[in-house]
Amino acid sequence: MCLGIPVKIVEINTDEQSAICEYKGVRKKIDLRFVPDVKLNDYVILHAGFAIQKVNQESAEQIYELLDKFEEFKES
Amino acid sequence: MNSLINLKNLKRAEIISDIKKAAEDFQSLNFMEVCGTHTMQIYRAGIPSILPSNINLLSGPGCPVCVTPEEFIDKAIAYLKEGYEILTFGDLYRVPGTYGSLEKECSGKVKIIYSPSESLEYALNNSDKKFILLAVGFETTAPLFAAVVIDAKKKGIKNLFLLCALKLIPPVMRYLLETGELKIDGFLLPGHVATIIGSEAFRKVCDDYKKPGVVSGFEPEDILQSIFILLMLLKYKSRFLEIQYRMAVKREGNVLARREMEKVFQKTKAKWRGIGEIENSGLTLKEEFIEYDISYIHPLKIESQVFNPRCRCGEVLRGIISPVDCPLFDNGCSPQTPQGPCMVSSEGACAAIYKYGR
Repeated sequence: MCLGIPVKIVEINTDEQSAICEYKGVRKKIDLRFVPDVKLNDYVILHAGFAIQKVNQESAEQIYELLDKFEEFKES
Repeated sequence: MNSLINLKNLKRAEIISDIKKAAEDFQSLNFMEVCGTHTMQIYRAGIPSILPSNINLLSGPGCPVCVTPEEFIDKAIAYLKEGYEILTFGDLYRVPGTYGSLEKECSGKVKIIYSPSESLEYALNNSDKKFILLAVGFETTAPLFAAVVIDAKKKGIKNLFLLCALKLIPPVMRYLLETGELKIDGFLLPGHVATIIGSEAFRKVCDDYKKPGVVSGFEPEDILQSIFILLMLLKYKSRFLEIQYRMAVKREGNVLARREMEKVFQKTKAKWRGIGEIENSGLTLKEEFIEYDISYIHPLKIESQVFNPRCRCGEVLRGIISPVDCPLFDNGCSPQTPQGPCMVSSEGACAAIYKYGR
């Protein structure tokens, strides 16, 4: 239940403290109140509609790489 | 069973070989994970089969749905019958109470949500209906429910309430260590709980009991690295806590999320399914937000029946038995016909072993 994945911020709505994030081409509105200092193109960990922490791009990409590897492994 | 060793991944093979070498210094070790996502990943990746035979991984009470008591489901069903509509994460939908499950009883009036914030939309768009949001989860999710309550109050919403069974991880770790029912040599600690409460909260537990713990990420590599770090902590004994999931975990956690959680909730005695009551291990709404607590606004007395006595989820949750030791495992209890919560939730130890572990 505490699942969280890094997502990229592609739009910010500062009035509402919300943003649009993107993961594998899917866009979703998320709540930014716990991580208000994010900027466009930053990465955050998304948990059930809320950003819970900012992460750097390198860490996020490492996770994506591991996830992809896992998918390949499952398919092989 | 597929194992990680089949992966063409040198880095992974290197960690496994480091673990094997480091484990030679020890007799037998029990490492407990207290996170449903870790449980699922451990079995999904076949990690137990590639570890040296003296390292035993135990699944602790880390799946929120699994530790939610039967009476909570009974209560939710009772509220449905009183005319409320229920909003819940999908995981809880099929969990059996002592009478039935939300799915079996009144599926039409139960809405599955992805985020607690969706409940505000439901309440605003249906002012003629009354909604109960089932607040289940650990510290990772509690701030989200706090945010919903704060927003509901700000927007003047009067038709949304919480049925609260939020729980806290450090107190249940202390409980397990205090009872000494089980030899635990180290903990794999939940990375996203620590993202919110901070590594310091876990350091206190590990230091108090001189028990190593590693705050771990969620990919198989992260978990393997964390197991290796646990072995190093046991070997060198210089400290008891290490953070492997450094990308997201800070010493103080997420201060804003913690503040929101502390504004809305206070600690309370809570019942854990299969374990019993533990002081200060749960959260309840504070006086200032009591109008959102359905147990206060509309108290219901329910009489729960005796739960299936053959279901041994309680012992699975305390790490005492492996799911395969339960007489119902794959013998009347499966993800299609779950008899207990550990088989319902995809993060439950029984479901994980049923799906990946054999």
